[in-house]
Amino acid sequence: MSKSKAAKISKQNKIKRSTKDHVIDVILYIVYGLFALICAFPFYYLFINTISNNELSAAGQILLLPKGVHLENYRQILKIEGMASAAITSVARTVIGTALMVGATSWMGYALSKAEFWHKKFWYRFIIATMYFGAGVVPTYMNYKMFGMLDSFWIYIIPGMVGAYNMILVKTYIESISPSLEESAYLDGAGYFTRFTRVVFPLCKPIVSTITIFGAVGQWNSYMDTIIYMNGKNWQTLQSLLQRYLSQATAMASQLQSMTGGSSDAAFEMTPVSIRYTITFVTLLPILLVYPYFQKFFVKGIMIGAVKG
Amino acid sequence: MSKSNPILTKDKRLAPGFRLFLMALPFLVLIFLFSYLPLYGWRYAFYDYRPPIKLEDCTFVGFKHITNMVQNAAMRKNLIRVLKNTLGMSILGMCTSWMPMVFAVFMAEIRNMKFQKIVQIVTTIPNFISWVIVYSIAFAIFSVGDGFVNNVIRAFKPGFEGIDFLGNTDHMWWKMWLWMQWKTIGYSAILYISSIAGIDQELYEAADIDGAGRFQKIRYITMPCLLPTYFTLLIINVGNMLNRGMDQYYAFQNPLNKKYIEVLDLYVYNQGIAGSQISYSTAVGMTKSLISLVLLGIANTISKVFRDGQSIF
Repeated sequence: MSKSKAAKISKQNKIKRSTKDHVIDVILYIVYGLFALICAFPFYYLFINTISNNELSAAGQILLLPKGVHLENYRQILKIEGMASAAITSVARTVIGTALMVGATSWMGYALSKAEFWHKKFWYRFIIATMYFGAGVVPTYMNYKMFGMLDSFWIYIIPGMVGAYNMILVKTYIESISPSLEESAYLDGAGYFTRFTRVVFPLCKPIVSTITIFGAVGQWNSYMDTIIYMNGKNWQTLQSLLQRYLSQATAMASQLQSMTGGSSDAAFEMTPVSIRYTITFVTLLPILLVYPYFQKFFVKGIMIGAVKG
Repeated sequence: MSKSNPILTKDKRLAPGFRLFLMALPFLVLIFLFSYLPLYGWRYAFYDYRPPIKLEDCTFVGFKHITNMVQNAAMRKNLIRVLKNTLGMSILGMCTSWMPMVFAVFMAEIRNMKFQKIVQIVTTIPNFISWVIVYSIAFAIFSVGDGFVNNVIRAFKPGFEGIDFLGNTDHMWWKMWLWMQWKTIGYSAILYISSIAGIDQELYEAADIDGAGRFQKIRYITMPCLLPTYFTLLIINVGNMLNRGMDQYYAFQNPLNKKYIEVLDLYVYNQGIAGSQISYSTAVGMTKSLISLVLLGIANTISKVFRDGQSIF
């Protein structure tokens, strides 16, 4: 609101603005325009190279505009060994991991918003304290080993199920909505769980959307856990596949080429460059696609986090 | 209020608060198993653990690994290097942590709202991509063989050998810093942008009437409103000085630049998991965690003073 008001005021003052003001305006447009370009161009550059003639792309001739547009790279990328399963794992950990995290975290936020919770203060601190210490990567690894969780999909899901920070966000939100809303359900004899699922959870939509989005982006982007805890080839994700591919770019390139080389036309045949760019873009795409929907939520998320105090 | 049994009610049923506790118990157990139990793994730091042999059969060495960090010349040299990288890059980050604030202040000066919105949206995207993708982009833009920059130079100067931006290890801290800024500055600015939007417009109107210029308004109204937020964030950064994480550095590390970008977290991983020196790296990690805890405590105390008794915890 206040921003549009500010804009209106500055419009009224337009007449009074000096040449100095105009010079500053031009400088601002140039500086911010350039920085926006630096942020956006790499994505565009990757994209035009994945849809261009692969020969030209490999020769470094696709700089600003695509040439010889085709979608062969996206069709062939799935033939790369491990690619399909990595995509499935990435999607699975994002969907399952986020759903369970949101459910568990909001439930805990609800439970701990109740004054009657048995030794509430102690248990609240018990959870919050986890934000401020960590055993470190080696003890954590040995812990998973002890549970026999190494090389298992559940390592993506279970340890991060209750996020302390997200729980604070939900708890604060629940405390801000009126407890009288729950009252009629309480008088009807509904228990805690029913009241949570039927009444409170639906009312928490704004904060739940925020933690869902941040949780999903976190799951999708996470790659160190795969590298540390997945020693075998199981449960690789798109991120870890890309990481591995980048770190051994040249060695793997020829191998991958022989696996995919089904096309006789050099313009369509995958090259190390096209493989690298295409995997990157495929890994990136979900983020770019959901971004327009979630960018209105993260402002809210930051604000709530900032005033958490 | 009468003092009632917190577990059982008078008619021998479970008290509501205890029932709620039981319903939350599975998750409390999870938190114990995955956040508290790993602390028990610190015991590896006091043994000479050799993986196939059971811990119980390994020799107990007490504080040997911890004293070795200081006394053993080779280890000390390594640790000093890693510590230098960690603190160096942290301090670099802290010294420039005002940049998102300034970025936001001048962004708010852009009069065209549509342009402002587009800039805000575009500069925030990099924050939401993984460090692997950032590295892949670095590769695509700066690689010596087929990076964009070298391709452009070659388009004008055929046969140009190319500049090896990524293989070159000069100014590694600054390069890491630049990628960090590219990734996070737009996103970090959002907090300040919303703070600016929350400043009472009457202050600016009053300043207009007094004939204040653009920079005077920034200096006397906008900045003072943002500084408390800035200092709070700075103090949190001080508390997290040793925790650089390893996502960024793992993605960018190679045998050439490792010397300059290996931070504590990455060092512990490289020694412990990749190099299987379990006991030594646990000792390093444990020491780091304990010092970090003290730093956070100090940071919290200072921020309490700053925010009139409100702590960051």
